[in-house]
Amino acid sequence: MTLSWLFDPAHWSGVDGIPVRLLQHLRYTLVAALAATLVAVPLGLFVGHTGRGGLVVVGGSNAMRALPTLGLVTFLFLVLGSGEVSALVALTVLAVPPVLAGTYAGIQDTDRGVVDAARGMGMTGWQRLWRVEVPNALPLLLGGVRNAVLQIVATTAVAAYVGLGGLGRFLLDGLRAFDYPKMVAGAVLVAALAMVLDLLLALLQRLVVPKGLRLAAGRRGRVPARAVERGGTDVAAAAATREGTSG
Amino acid sequence: MLDDLSRYLGSESNRELVLTQLVQHVPLALLPLVVGVVLAIPLGWLAQRHPLVRTALLGSANVVYTVPSLAFFVVIPGIIGTQILDPVNVVAALSIYTAALLVRPVVDALDAVPAHVVAAATAMGYRPLRRFLAVELPLAVPVLVAGVRVASVSNISLASVGALLGVGGLGALFTSGFQTSYLPPILVGIVLTLVLALVMDLVLVGLRWLLTPWARAGGTR
Repeated sequence: MTLSWLFDPAHWSGVDGIPVRLLQHLRYTLVAALAATLVAVPLGLFVGHTGRGGLVVVGGSNAMRALPTLGLVTFLFLVLGSGEVSALVALTVLAVPPVLAGTYAGIQDTDRGVVDAARGMGMTGWQRLWRVEVPNALPLLLGGVRNAVLQIVATTAVAAYVGLGGLGRFLLDGLRAFDYPKMVAGAVLVAALAMVLDLLLALLQRLVVPKGLRLAAGRRGRVPARAVERGGTDVAAAAATREGTSG
Repeated sequence: MLDDLSRYLGSESNRELVLTQLVQHVPLALLPLVVGVVLAIPLGWLAQRHPLVRTALLGSANVVYTVPSLAFFVVIPGIIGTQILDPVNVVAALSIYTAALLVRPVVDALDAVPAHVVAAATAMGYRPLRRFLAVELPLAVPVLVAGVRVASVSNISLASVGALLGVGGLGALFTSGFQTSYLPPILVGIVLTLVLALVMDLVLVGLRWLLTPWARAGGTR
């Protein structure tokens, strides 16, 4: 049933067609991910590099994970008014914590010995940040972006409830009209989009592991897989564990 | 805004409604934690022993994790044959998320049990199952609790998405507030979600304290 809905040519054209909805969903995702990155990466770099405010950032972004997506979307809709802007703000707000946590963890994760060596070579603070810490942080940073993108794709579907376009429309419209093939087709499309984007970012994440790190990992007989793991979740768990074992 | 809020909470019937939704929300979010832990421990045990199972399980856990919650909620009935509006769908989906999130930490924690500890337990006559339950699993508790804390926060927040399918819980405050363009129930819902997440986190930290008596004895580590 769902398959025949998906492959019905009538559903592939017009303003309510799959390509239009897919592109809308993609556009919201890209805009919100970009906005969140622009906010979170500089902040994460600052906190990670200077070590100032680390507790506030980790605690704050953990607390923000608890924000209910539907609550935030409906809240901003009523406060900022209807339209795409309020939904995009909600998407961005929810995407900031994972990127922030990933960036901060990436910088913190940089081998202190390497940073000290860079300082010994006479590198300034900026040079250490850009040439040592950022390259080291990239895999975890991108892990954070990966989590953020998953969060945005999922929340965009939820935001269809307040009238946002995107693939969530099929899902919620289908649900409202008891058109189950349409609803499940919407769910399948959203899930497929999330998986494809996650896969692309996972590939990118592998590509950005600095050559030097890869060599070092090879010499130590350790696969750099650890650095390529999904950033945010692992980071949160790791942070919690660290706090647990020391306390 | 505050006036509206106090007027909203001033009404007996509203307070009762909020309480009802809160009471419905707790099992939606917390039952999956229990189910997820119960699933993840044997799965992690299997995965730690068989490389093939490990690859398959960790791979599928990653895939499960990418599925957006709303999509998962509506696909579940097709898989387990429930009605679309059944709260069981939300519980099932969140349980699977929890298990997917916990499998990797469980495997990592079991990997991290020192070989000499296992050898000592074996030498003392522990059979594999008892050794697992009495030695390896307790040592994995801190990592397991860390994972459950992450899952707890995300479940408490995700359970409200169920309101879009007509499942009760704090999410119902969001949909009713949206439909009537009335902010107070939405605010109350958000605050209660955050408070519930915080309380659960404290409970879990307390649980870890109870389950790891060796970590607080002496404090020589």
